[in-house]
Amino acid sequence: MVAPLLSERDLEFLLYELFDAEAMTQRARYCDHNRETFNAALQTARTVAEKFFLPIRQKVDSEQPTFDGKAVHMIPEIKTAVDAVIESGLASCTADYGLGGMQLPEVVANAVSAYLSAAGSTTLGYTSLTNANANLISAHGTAEQIEKWVVPMRDGRFAGTMAMTEPGAGSGLADLTTSAVKDENGHYRISGSKIFISGGDHELNDNIVHLVLARVKGAPQGVKGISLFIVPKFLVNDDGSLGEKNDVALAGLFHKMGGRGHTSTALSFGERDGAIGYLVGEENKGLSYMFHMMNEARILVGTMGAVTALTGYQYSLDYAKERPQGRLLAEKDPSSPPVSIIQHGDVRRMLLAQKAYAEGAYALCLLGAQLSDDEKTAETEAERKAAHTLLDFLTPIIKSWPSEYGPKANDLAIQVLGGHGYINEHPVEMFYRDNRLNPIHEGTTGIQSLDLLGRKVPMNQFAGYQACLSAMEETIAIAKQSEALAGFADDLSTSITTLKTTTETVLAATQSMTVDAAFCNSVSYLNLFGHVVVAWIWLKQGVVADAALSSSPHKSDEDFYKGKLQAMAFFFRHELPLTHHWATIISDLDTTHFDMQEAWF
Amino acid sequence: MKILVAVKRVVDYNVKVRPKADGSDVDIDNAKKAINPFCEIAVEEAVRLKEKGIASEIVVVSMGTKQSQEQIRTAMALGADRGILVETDVELQPLAVSKCLQKLVEKENPELVILGKQSIDGDNNQTGQMLGALTGMPQGTFASEVAIADGKVAVTREIDGGLQTVSLSLPAIVTTDLRLNEPRYATLPNIMKAKKKPLETISPDDLGVAVEPRVKTLKVEPPATREAGVKVGSVAELVEKLKNEAKVI
Ligand SMILES: Cc1cc2nc3c(=O)[nH]c(=O)nc-3n(C[C@H](O)[C@H](O)[C@H](O)COP(=O)(O)OP(=O)(O)OC[C@H]3O[C@@H](n4cnc5c(N)ncnc54)[C@H](O)[C@@H]3O)c2cc1C
Repeated sequence: MVAPLLSERDLEFLLYELFDAEAMTQRARYCDHNRETFNAALQTARTVAEKFFLPIRQKVDSEQPTFDGKAVHMIPEIKTAVDAVIESGLASCTADYGLGGMQLPEVVANAVSAYLSAAGSTTLGYTSLTNANANLISAHGTAEQIEKWVVPMRDGRFAGTMAMTEPGAGSGLADLTTSAVKDENGHYRISGSKIFISGGDHELNDNIVHLVLARVKGAPQGVKGISLFIVPKFLVNDDGSLGEKNDVALAGLFHKMGGRGHTSTALSFGERDGAIGYLVGEENKGLSYMFHMMNEARILVGTMGAVTALTGYQYSLDYAKERPQGRLLAEKDPSSPPVSIIQHGDVRRMLLAQKAYAEGAYALCLLGAQLSDDEKTAETEAERKAAHTLLDFLTPIIKSWPSEYGPKANDLAIQVLGGHGYINEHPVEMFYRDNRLNPIHEGTTGIQSLDLLGRKVPMNQFAGYQACLSAMEETIAIAKQSEALAGFADDLSTSITTLKTTTETVLAATQSMTVDAAFCNSVSYLNLFGHVVVAWIWLKQGVVADAALSSSPHKSDEDFYKGKLQAMAFFFRHELPLTHHWATIISDLDTTHFDMQEAWF
Repeated sequence: MKILVAVKRVVDYNVKVRPKADGSDVDIDNAKKAINPFCEIAVEEAVRLKEKGIASEIVVVSMGTKQSQEQIRTAMALGADRGILVETDVELQPLAVSKCLQKLVEKENPELVILGKQSIDGDNNQTGQMLGALTGMPQGTFASEVAIADGKVAVTREIDGGLQTVSLSLPAIVTTDLRLNEPRYATLPNIMKAKKKPLETISPDDLGVAVEPRVKTLKVEPPATREAGVKVGSVAELVEKLKNEAKVI
């Protein structure tokens, strides 16, 4: 039997039992839907994933795109797969019916994409970036811009990118130098170099719409002087037909550790007389618009981390059931048949750790997806605001935790397969390489940790921070009512208390020492907060599983719910105690690494 | 030309089915259900005939529980125009199904009825043939190619040892084999459109058909597990074992 891409039962649990996706059909936007339409969309995604993505996954990895100085070349199967995603409607499944979308709720759409992501995250990259780009222009562009750029992106004729990073400005976007000068026609002319632009050039679509961050001549320094422009590869005439090529050139392709199907480009804007760009919104507000896309992209990055972990877990689980090797310690008879490796205690540890990381991470991402929907479609203004506050707070954790722990899960998947995991006859080493990008792009883990500690925690008088703590307290109160869960609820309570004192200590430290010294353990703080949040997510899953078990479910469901409770217990026993270690380092205001002088290295 | 397509709700082909502990039946209560793969091929063939301009209407029909509506809607998302559910909670066997279909054929007057050659749960491979007997329509079973011209349908059949092509006068019955086509997937916009297509529910009583089962299941048990093999050291040893232990040569 081939390993499933994802556990269908788990997706069903997450969507319908944990997040109650069916309740979304009460909202006007989703009133045509029901569980059947959701499942039908999931089924189509699975079919497209198995038919178009899975068979080419290894080839996409081993035959990277090339650039001959004129155009990008890639294996034709990528275009077939991308076209299938577009033609099936999966590429813009959340978009309005009028634009060819299916108006799926975010939480369902996330699970729909998960199948494609599990079968080929890098091939999916083209359409998911396009979708995020179109969402941004829909939110901040003019009606004319929407008509000209969003419509063709929704129907798959155009692709989209986000072009922020420059050779000298990665994490520090404040220092970007790409410039924009207004010409006599009122257009802006863009010049500068961008690097690492995913999908920055290819022949998969008729046109590519770059969203470029640049500085208008004379704009203030720093992030307050950054504007956002639509810069197409080909200009578009008023009747929608393609015009001449814009002054955007592909300078070269990067060759990557993983994610190899998705072109990573160096783009050169304005080698001749400046690329024509169209301002989005107002000048100098570009970064705030880009954050619209980045918040969404950050949930997507977390999701990719989590889903790659889920599929690696399924693969190694299947392998562990089939692979006979060695005997249990208690078995002294050498003529007895070897056991499947899943019988060995250490292999079970590696499998259960993967389950705890991957399913915890993915449930967290789905919470993010649900909140991003609530932010827009919840019944009342107060609910929408509350969702926004919580999501804004959680975003650095939703981005980072799955990105950090997803690759750790894949690392364990490799280990479960032993030597067979290290070679390319099995996909787990590729999962690891693909997943290793996630702690880097869309803001590195270091940057996310500073965003959390320096911005998100104190923001608006700790509103997001408090909202997060209250949400966790709510679950604790429910869990305490169950005999089976009360102990776990207490453990989480204790960790939250530790988190609170740690937060007070580290924020107060900025009074007594430099902020750089006080925040030098920001990643430990992100780890601490992340582990508390994921323990909470596991407790939420535990509450559902525990309740379901009490109504004598079918044997296969009973096994499923027991597995959930066991993974929860594992996270609480093996992972949550690490928070005390991180809390100690932070609260002691330990600066051992910060004090290390450059010359001492 | 009107085409009637029959589809069945069955356990999904990915599910590993096990017998119930008491041996009364297989345990599929909690298992995922899907449209029978051979029926999916039947729907696809009908949709292709419609796309070629040969068919004008595709009516999809299922006999079974209320949940079979899902499979009818799947077929409509693939391109069928309307659906009929003959709803019953009774366990349906091929004869009952073909009797319902016979009545529906009388009602709808299709020129072509396309069915799967068998369903992957019962594996009976009987319904199409029984329908042929009941209606007197000619049948082309195990089709790997279907071509319609001049009021006739040429059906290429997969038979032991090769292919056979039969020419049937319309109206006719075709049952599909695996190689007939590769079914499409439902696009997301079509899933939503299918919700708006008409789906009529009737009962076997409305058709005047008694559907009670005629065949009784006595016992269901899993196949014997295969025992581990042994490694032989040489060809001579293998021959010796085949002769004296297995006694096959
Ligand atoms: C495969 C791939 C795809 C990408 N796709 C895109 C894309 O589509 N569009 C786009 O615009 N960009 C893209 N990027 C760029 C990506 O977002 C950047 O690489 C990332 O933001 C980091 O920037 P950098 O590489 O310049 O590293 P640097 O910013 O130089 O960071 C190096 C290290 O220093 C740390 N560091 C930097 N500043 C600080 C600080 N203030 N405090 C603490 N630590 C700090 C970082 O955490 C990191 O560990 C992509 C990158 C890759 C590899």
